[in-house]
Amino acid sequence: MSIRDHWAGRALRHPSFVIGLLGTLAFIGLALLSAVWTPHVVDRVNIAARFAPLFGDYLLGTDHLGRDIASMLMRGALTSLTVAAVAVGIGLVIGVPLGLAAAIVGGPFEWLILRVNDFLFAFPALIVAVLITTLFGPGATNAMLAIGIFNIPVFARVARGGALSLKSLDYVAAARLAGLSSLAIARKHLLPNIASLVIVQATIQLSLGILAEAGLSYVGLGTQPPGTSLGLMLRDAQSIFLLHPHLAMVPGLAIMFIVVSLNLAGDGLRDLIDPRLRKEGLPRVAA
Amino acid sequence: MSLLEVKGLGIAFSGRPVVEGLDLTLAPSERLGVIGESGSGKSLTALAIAGLLPDTAERTGTILFEGSPLPEDEATMARLRGKRIGMVFQEPMSALNPLMQVGEQIAEAIFLSGDRVGYGTQVLALLDEVGLEPQHRRRYPHELSGGQRQRVMIAMALASRPDLLIADEPTSALDLVTQRQVLDLLDRLARNRRMALLFISHDLKAVAALCPRIMVMQAGRVVEAGPREAILGHPRERYTRMLVGAARFRIHTLANAPMGDPLFTARQISRRFESPSLLFLPRRAGTLAVDAVSLTLRRAESVALVGPSGCGKSTLARIIVGLDRATDGTMQFDRTVYHGSDLPGALRPDISLVFQDPFGSFNPRLRIGASVSEPLRLLPDLDEAARRRRVADMVEAVGLSPDMLSRYPHQFSGGQRQRFAIARALVTRPRLVVLDEPVSALDVSVRGEVLALLHRLRADFGLTYLVISHDLDMVRALADRVLVMSAGRIVEEGRPAKLFEKPEHEQTRALLAARLPEL
Amino acid sequence: MIPYVLKRLAGFVATLLAAAAVTFLLLDALPGDPARFILGINASPEAVQALRLQLGLEAPPLERFIRWIGGMLQGDFGLSYTQGAPVSALIAERLAVTFPLALAAMVISIAIGLPLGILAARRRGSLADTGLMMLAQLGVAVPNFWFGMLLVLLFSVTLRWLPPGGFVPWDENAWGAIRSLVLPSFALALPQAAILARVMRTALVDVQSADYIRTARAKGLTMGEAVWRHGVRNALLPVLTILGLQFAFLVAGTIIVENVFYLPGLGRLIFTAISERDLILVRGAIIVLVVGVTLTMLVVDLLYGLVDPRLRVRRASR
Repeated sequence: MSIRDHWAGRALRHPSFVIGLLGTLAFIGLALLSAVWTPHVVDRVNIAARFAPLFGDYLLGTDHLGRDIASMLMRGALTSLTVAAVAVGIGLVIGVPLGLAAAIVGGPFEWLILRVNDFLFAFPALIVAVLITTLFGPGATNAMLAIGIFNIPVFARVARGGALSLKSLDYVAAARLAGLSSLAIARKHLLPNIASLVIVQATIQLSLGILAEAGLSYVGLGTQPPGTSLGLMLRDAQSIFLLHPHLAMVPGLAIMFIVVSLNLAGDGLRDLIDPRLRKEGLPRVAA
Repeated sequence: MSLLEVKGLGIAFSGRPVVEGLDLTLAPSERLGVIGESGSGKSLTALAIAGLLPDTAERTGTILFEGSPLPEDEATMARLRGKRIGMVFQEPMSALNPLMQVGEQIAEAIFLSGDRVGYGTQVLALLDEVGLEPQHRRRYPHELSGGQRQRVMIAMALASRPDLLIADEPTSALDLVTQRQVLDLLDRLARNRRMALLFISHDLKAVAALCPRIMVMQAGRVVEAGPREAILGHPRERYTRMLVGAARFRIHTLANAPMGDPLFTARQISRRFESPSLLFLPRRAGTLAVDAVSLTLRRAESVALVGPSGCGKSTLARIIVGLDRATDGTMQFDRTVYHGSDLPGALRPDISLVFQDPFGSFNPRLRIGASVSEPLRLLPDLDEAARRRRVADMVEAVGLSPDMLSRYPHQFSGGQRQRFAIARALVTRPRLVVLDEPVSALDVSVRGEVLALLHRLRADFGLTYLVISHDLDMVRALADRVLVMSAGRIVEEGRPAKLFEKPEHEQTRALLAARLPEL
Repeated sequence: MIPYVLKRLAGFVATLLAAAAVTFLLLDALPGDPARFILGINASPEAVQALRLQLGLEAPPLERFIRWIGGMLQGDFGLSYTQGAPVSALIAERLAVTFPLALAAMVISIAIGLPLGILAARRRGSLADTGLMMLAQLGVAVPNFWFGMLLVLLFSVTLRWLPPGGFVPWDENAWGAIRSLVLPSFALALPQAAILARVMRTALVDVQSADYIRTARAKGLTMGEAVWRHGVRNALLPVLTILGLQFAFLVAGTIIVENVFYLPGLGRLIFTAISERDLILVRGAIIVLVVGVTLTMLVVDLLYGLVDPRLRVRRASR
C-alpha cells in the first residue's frame, strides 16, 4: 500500500472535503467555460430586455441595462478567481522563499523579514489598494497587487513556522552532513514537508482573495467596466437592489458558494494532512 | 480488605481492544510495579483506575476502590480522585498549566481535597517535603527544570494525603541523575505516608528498585505477575525473560582492542553561544557550552563521552562532525586541521554521525533508499552501479534487506529505522563514527540487538567510535575508554572498569550514584 | 515584563515610521511632480508653480518628510486644497462615524462569537455544535457589505425597524445616530463573530486534550471545571492573536460597509479624495488608518504578554 492510495481512500471518506472539492471544481469549470462560451454575449446592453425575471428567456434574469446575469456571473467568476489566484501566486512566489530563507539563515536576516512582515500586516489590502489607485487609477491589476501584497507575509509566516519546526530535525542535519547546500536542503527536505501546510493556506487565501476582490470592486477600487466581476455586479446593484433584490442576491450567493466550497475543501485537506488533528479523539497516551 | 481491586478490566477503542482481561489487587500501603513497552496498555490501565479514560474509550470489567465500584457520576468520581488518589504523569512540562504559578496550582489541589484553610503553610510544607525551596511557589512552570516540575507534580499529588499514588512513567522524561532523585523521593514519600503505590514504567530496573511486586504487560494483557524476586530470578514467560535479559545486557569488549596511532585530536575546543542582543538593551554574556576540551581518538578505538544533559556533549559532537563551528581551538583529523563546519569536503566521507531519534532522522517524504544513499554525493567518483551496490551491501551489513529501500520511513519500526540510520552513516565507509545516544530512543527489547550490531560493524569495518551517552550501562558495553564531561569540560578519563570502581570527580560519582541497582 | 514592553513599543514606533515613509514616498517623491499630478496635464505652468509653493515642494524630500512627521505629531496633517480645510479637522469629523462603528462591530463580534464558540466546544459533536459550525461556515463566507444589503432588505424594507442608510449627526440626535449605526455594525460584526466562534471552538477543543487538563482532573475537578479554570485562559491566547488580525479587516470592512449605508465616514472621505486627486487628504487618512491598525496590534501584543508569562522572560521568542 503506497501513501497515495491511502490518501485517496481517506479523502473519499471525508464528506465535507468531497463536497468542497466538487463545489470548487464546478465553479472553476463554469468560470473557465465563460472564456469560450456564455449563454448570451456578456456585456451586450439591451435596454428593451432590462429587468427580465428569473427563469424566463434569461435563466437568471437581466440587470438594469438588460445584460444577461447568468453570463455576467460566469465571466465575473472568472475575473474573481483570476484576481484571487494571481494574488495567491504573488504571495506564494515571494512569501514562501522569504519564510524559508528566514528560517534557514536566521540571525539579523530573519529579524528583518519578521519586521517587514509586521509592517505589511499593518497595511490591509484595502489601504494598499487605495494607495495604488490614487497613483495609477483603478483596475483589476490593482486588486491583484493589493491582495497579493497582503498575502506575502501570510505565506512567509506559514513557511517560516513550518521550516523552523523541521529545521531542528535530524534528517536536515543528516543532509547537511551529506554536503547539501542550504538551498538544496530547502528544496529537497523542507519544501516537500511544508507543502501541505502551504497548500492548505493557499486555499484559505484564495477564498479570502475572492472576498477581498468583491469588496474592492464594490467600492470601485478593483475591476472596472466593461470588465465584470462578482464585486462589480454588486456595485451595479447597489442603487437598485431595494427594488430588484435578485440583482444583489445572485452574485452574493455565488460568492458565498465558492467561498464555502473553498473553505470546506481547505478544512478537509487540513484534516487529511495533519495527523495531529486527524488523531483528535483517540487517546493521547504514551507508553 | 484490599484498597484497589481490578477484575477483568477491558479497554477498547471503536471495538478494537487495547487492554483485555486485566486483574490486579493492591492492599493499603502496598506497592505494585507495572512494566511494559509502549502500546502495552499500562498507561490506559492507570487512567481507567483514576476514571480518566478518554470519552472515546469503552471500558468493561469492574474496578473496586475500598470494596465499592468507581462512581459512574463524573462529579463524584472527580471528588474521589481529588481526595483519595494522587497521580503523577510523564511529561512534567505539558502536565502543568503554563499560565499559572506552581504555588497556585498546588494550592488548588489542597483546596480540592477539602482543606479550605491555611493553604499558605501547607503549600510551603509540601514544597519542603518534595525538596523544593519556598520561593519556587512563585515560579511559572517554564521557569523550572524538568526535575523541579516533576517535584511540583508530586507535591500536587500529595496535597490530598491520598491513599493511592499512581505514578505513570514519572521519570522517563528526566535525565538519569534526576531520575534517581525522583525515584528516591517517591520511595521515601510512599514509606513515610504509608501510601499504596502503583508505579508504571518501561524501565525494569526502576520498577525493581521501587516495588516488591511486579506485573509484566504486553499488548494489552498481563504476561506474568508476582513477587520481584520470582519475576527477576525465575521468569516463567519468554517475554519476561527477554526483558530481564535486556536489562542485564552485557557485551564483552575485546579486552585489548588493537589500537593504532591517533586518528583525531581536539585541542582546546570551545564553543560560546552569544545571546541575541536586543535593541536598547545591553548584550548579556554568552554561555560557554564547550570549554577548552582536548581529546584524542586512536584508530579502531571506541571512546564514550558521558555526562548529564546540558553538559555540552552533543554540542561537542556536532562540532567534531562539522555541523557546528568551534569559537576557539582547533581539531585535527588525520593530517588535516579544521574548526568544525569548515571540515573540507574531501574529509566529510570519513566522519559520520548516527542520530539519537530514529523517527526524526529520515525525511518522511523520501523513500528510505534515497535517504540512505544521500551521503554518497560526497563521493562523486562512484558511478551509479557502484552506488547501488554500496547501499545494498551496507543495508545487508546492518541486517536488513535491500528490497526495503523503496519503502517510506513510516513503514518501519524504530529498531529498523535505527539500523537504516546506521547504514546511512556507514555508506561512505567512514573512519570515525560519532554515535549520539544511539539506542536511548529505542524500546528496551531492541536495544541489545542494535548494540550488538554496532559492536560487530566496528570489528568488520575497523571503525573508530565516539559514543555520546548518559547511560553508563551502555557505555560499559561499548567503550574502551570513557571521558566524563561536566559543564562543558572533560573532568575525568579512564577505562570503564577503573572509572566505575574508583570514580574521582564529583560528576562521575553523581552519574554512578544515579545508576539503579543491578537486577 | 519591562523589556518585553520596551521591545513591543520599539517595534510599534519602527512600524509606524516605516509606514509613514512608504506613504510619503509613494504619494510624494515617486511619481514625478505631485502638483502636476494633482492639477492634470492641461494646467498652466504658473498654476503648477503656485501649487508647488503652496505645498512646500521646493524643499528637499528628507526635510519635507521630517516636517510632515513633526506636523502630524502636533496634529497638523496639512491643508486639503480641494476642500480648503485642515485635513485633521476633516478626518476628525469622519472618525466620529467610523470609530464608533468599528468599535461597536468589534464588541458585538466578541459578545456573539466567543460564547457560541465555547458552547460548541463544550457540546462537541452535538446537534448544537454541528448547527453552529455550519452557520459559522456560512458566516465566514459572507461578504460583509452584501450582508449589509440583506439586513437592509429585512430590517428596513420589510420590517421597517431601522433606517436603510444615512446618518444623523451625534450632536443633532444621539439616539438617531445610534440607530443609523445598528445595521452597519451588525453587518460588520456577524462575519467576524463567525470567525471568532470557529477559532474559540478549535482552541478549546485542543485545550481539552492538553496534559494539564488531565492533571487538573486528577486533582479532583470534573472535565467542565477543569476546562473552565485552566482551559479557557489558555484557549484565549490564539483567540487574542486572531482578534488583533481581525481588527485590520474590520477597519477595511468599515470603509466598505459605509458605502452600503451611505454613512459619511472615513471611507467616503477617502473615495472622494481619490477621485479629486487630493493627495494630502488621502495621505492623512491612510496614516490614521495605519496608526489604528498598528495600535491595535500593539495592544494585542501587550495583552498577550500580560496573559502569557512565557513571553515575559528575558528571551522572549515568537
